[in-house]
Amino acid sequence: MTVIGLRIARPGAIASRRSLRVLEHDLLVFRRGWFSYLLSGLSQPFLYLVAMGIGLGLYVNRNGSLPGGVPYLDYIAPALLVTQAMMAGAFEAAWPIMGKITWDGTYEAALNTPLSACDLLLGDLMWIGFRATLLSVLFLLVIAVLGAAASPLVVLAVPVAVLTALAFAAPIMAFTATQSRDSGFNALFRFGITPLFLFSGTFFPIEKLPLFLQPLAWITPLYHGVAAARSLSLGQVEPVGLTVHISALAVVVVAGVAAGRITFRRRLVV
Amino acid sequence: MPETAPATAPLIHARGLRKCFGAFTAVDGVDFDVAPGEAFGFLGPNGAGKTSTMRMIGTVSPVTSGTLTVFGLDPARHGAKIRTRLGVVPQADTLDNELSVLENLLIYGRYFDLSWAESRRRAIELLEFVQLTDRANDKVEPLSGGMKRRLVIARSLINEPSLLLLDEPTTGLDPQARHLLWDRLYRLKQRGVTLCLTTHYMDEAEQLCDRLVVMDRAKIVAEGSPRQLIEKYVTKEVLELRFPRAEGEADDSAHLDGQLDGLAERIEQLPDRVLVYTADGEAAVATAFERGLRPASVLVRRSTLEDVFLRLTGRSLIE
Amino acid sequence: MLALRTYRPLPLTRPARIVQRNMLVYRHSFMVIFSGFFEPLFYLFSMGFGVGALIGNVPLGNGSSVSYAVFIAPALLASSSMNGAIYETSNNFFYKLKHAKIYDAIIATPMSLTDVARGEVMWALMRGSLYAVGFIVVVAVLGLAGLGLLTSPLGLLAFPAAMVVGYAFAGAGMAATTFVRQWRDFDYMQLAIMPMFLFSGTFYPIDAYPPALQAFVQCTPLYRGVHLIRALTTGTPDATLLIDLAYLIALGSIGLAITSRRLGKLLQS
Repeated sequence: MTVIGLRIARPGAIASRRSLRVLEHDLLVFRRGWFSYLLSGLSQPFLYLVAMGIGLGLYVNRNGSLPGGVPYLDYIAPALLVTQAMMAGAFEAAWPIMGKITWDGTYEAALNTPLSACDLLLGDLMWIGFRATLLSVLFLLVIAVLGAAASPLVVLAVPVAVLTALAFAAPIMAFTATQSRDSGFNALFRFGITPLFLFSGTFFPIEKLPLFLQPLAWITPLYHGVAAARSLSLGQVEPVGLTVHISALAVVVVAGVAAGRITFRRRLVV
Repeated sequence: MPETAPATAPLIHARGLRKCFGAFTAVDGVDFDVAPGEAFGFLGPNGAGKTSTMRMIGTVSPVTSGTLTVFGLDPARHGAKIRTRLGVVPQADTLDNELSVLENLLIYGRYFDLSWAESRRRAIELLEFVQLTDRANDKVEPLSGGMKRRLVIARSLINEPSLLLLDEPTTGLDPQARHLLWDRLYRLKQRGVTLCLTTHYMDEAEQLCDRLVVMDRAKIVAEGSPRQLIEKYVTKEVLELRFPRAEGEADDSAHLDGQLDGLAERIEQLPDRVLVYTADGEAAVATAFERGLRPASVLVRRSTLEDVFLRLTGRSLIE
Repeated sequence: MLALRTYRPLPLTRPARIVQRNMLVYRHSFMVIFSGFFEPLFYLFSMGFGVGALIGNVPLGNGSSVSYAVFIAPALLASSSMNGAIYETSNNFFYKLKHAKIYDAIIATPMSLTDVARGEVMWALMRGSLYAVGFIVVVAVLGLAGLGLLTSPLGLLAFPAAMVVGYAFAGAGMAATTFVRQWRDFDYMQLAIMPMFLFSGTFYPIDAYPPALQAFVQCTPLYRGVHLIRALTTGTPDATLLIDLAYLIALGSIGLAITSRRLGKLLQS
């Protein structure tokens, strides 16, 4: 028995197919709310692009002050695609996960089955990836309708956006598992996510930021996601730059999952 | 311990089992065995360590020290394997309010690697068993407490477990709901499912448990069948006497000093009544009247586990 | 025997109890309140200065033109009043109404439903006023630093004006929340709020719209709020401000009245 035990019991094993069950659970819940989700998934990008890209763009384009004289709509469309995915990833990793850990007892119930804490982490991360994919594809449709991309490579901005979403979701899930109340999220969003949305090169080039703030922008995952998606969408791809951006995001995802494995076990297995 | 040890290999085996949370010891070196087919109870006040023990058996809480095996397996290494054969009814309902009654069972079956078809087949059968068939497609939230509890029990049976862990299964339910639940649990026991439950209801323990342990302050303080415990720790009958309050006295029975001495082996004076523990209640009443006592009310009753419980864990509130 | 005396509280005494209750709750999460102050400032720096650098000056309706930061600062104040009021009266109010069920306990006391509705609006306004004061102070300080955001002393009236905007949306938001059945329904509420935030002349003048659309936008409450505050901070008031005020106060009051009636249906049925 001990011998067999040693062979099959690998608490360090990364994933089990059981994490797919968690994804199934989330999809089952999603079946009820998909309509309003798709509706806001289409209307939000549309409204933002029309207001900021076209409306505000009228005043920006007048001066032609963007690098290469790019139209403002084309400039912000890929950035908004990525920031929307970031917002979704960050949000889903905060309150809903907190609910499953504490208020609803969903994880407690699941842990009474053969599932492990790591299965829960990976399953719900996959779920967040799924939602981000859905939102990004809808956003891409809006971009296509408004003609807001210069290159067909914009299609590849979708996986970049999903990777960005995961780069926020994974560390935030790890953080959520360390919190006993949701009040920490407030500071996280107000002082983390919102400033990133506003200052990571989404609405204006980071060269317009004060000099001392620029390096700060480089180390944020959102900046890399925005830069990668924008280069694809504008058809101005630099292979080296793109590789750096993608690797930076991938590193954050891996680090986030590693941290999450520790915090999830610490929180749920007591 | 030796004379109560079951003949067959125990389903749960614990020796010197401890659980600490930092400096706090929730379970302090307990020994017990649960035999296949048995209904075993943990009885104790809040905070006695019942739930911590259950969570260790359920393999969701690591053992701090001591020995614990479930189905002969070590929870630390075979957690998933043990849980495959385990049904758990946690203290809180932990149902998914966003899913329907049926869906709650379906997805739980998936967690046990059942196919959708098999999961559905069992779910429909179990809804029948817990009398929730007509609510199958309703949301969970509007269900009554008793219905939710029945649904959680159905959920815990989706993997056809051979051992069912129930943490305070009927707390907060009305009498009808409790009796319905007891009935279902009794049927499960007849089918050979081993039951392991915690409760602080004495009637529940007497109804359901073949054998039980009384826990208090992280330790087991008594063990046996309900009858054995009553015989060991209290007398067969209890006589309850109430006296009219004399002028200017705080307690109703304060003026009795000494008059009851020798009436029985144990007498307990409470602020509102006197409990006389005796083998023959009627005889004690007669003696009391012979001594000229004139109680306002007299009640002779059989001893219950409640008397055992209060004897062992005291009357003061623990929380 | 004590005779039962009729206790007649001043009109806002009982609603103030709701405010006191909320203050007790938030005493422990001061950060939640405090952090809200930064959101409009971040927007001001990002849009006003970052995007402003791409834009330069923007025409005001009266022929003059101002820097982009001066243009959007009042709009951000108005939107932040709207968002604060909506947040407090949507998610938070719904939680207390449906999940925590605190009003069920409260109306078992001498408190009335109107007291509850008024109290929550008072609370939302107090919270909003903190943010408005903070924002105006920062804008004024930046002005002293030579950035010239507040071009008229009338700008100080932006504070009461922001309160009026908050009142309008607190009343309307609370009334809407009484019709909400589940959390998902807030997606639809967001579907009304977001377009207003984006298209009500907040980020750019509405002159670019076709006339029919212009007329429509002018009928939305946020447009009236932005119009009111912008006229004050840029020192260009005229008689149309009275329309703004009347519109916003009416919206808030009607919302409150609807809320009291709906709460009666929800809690006393």
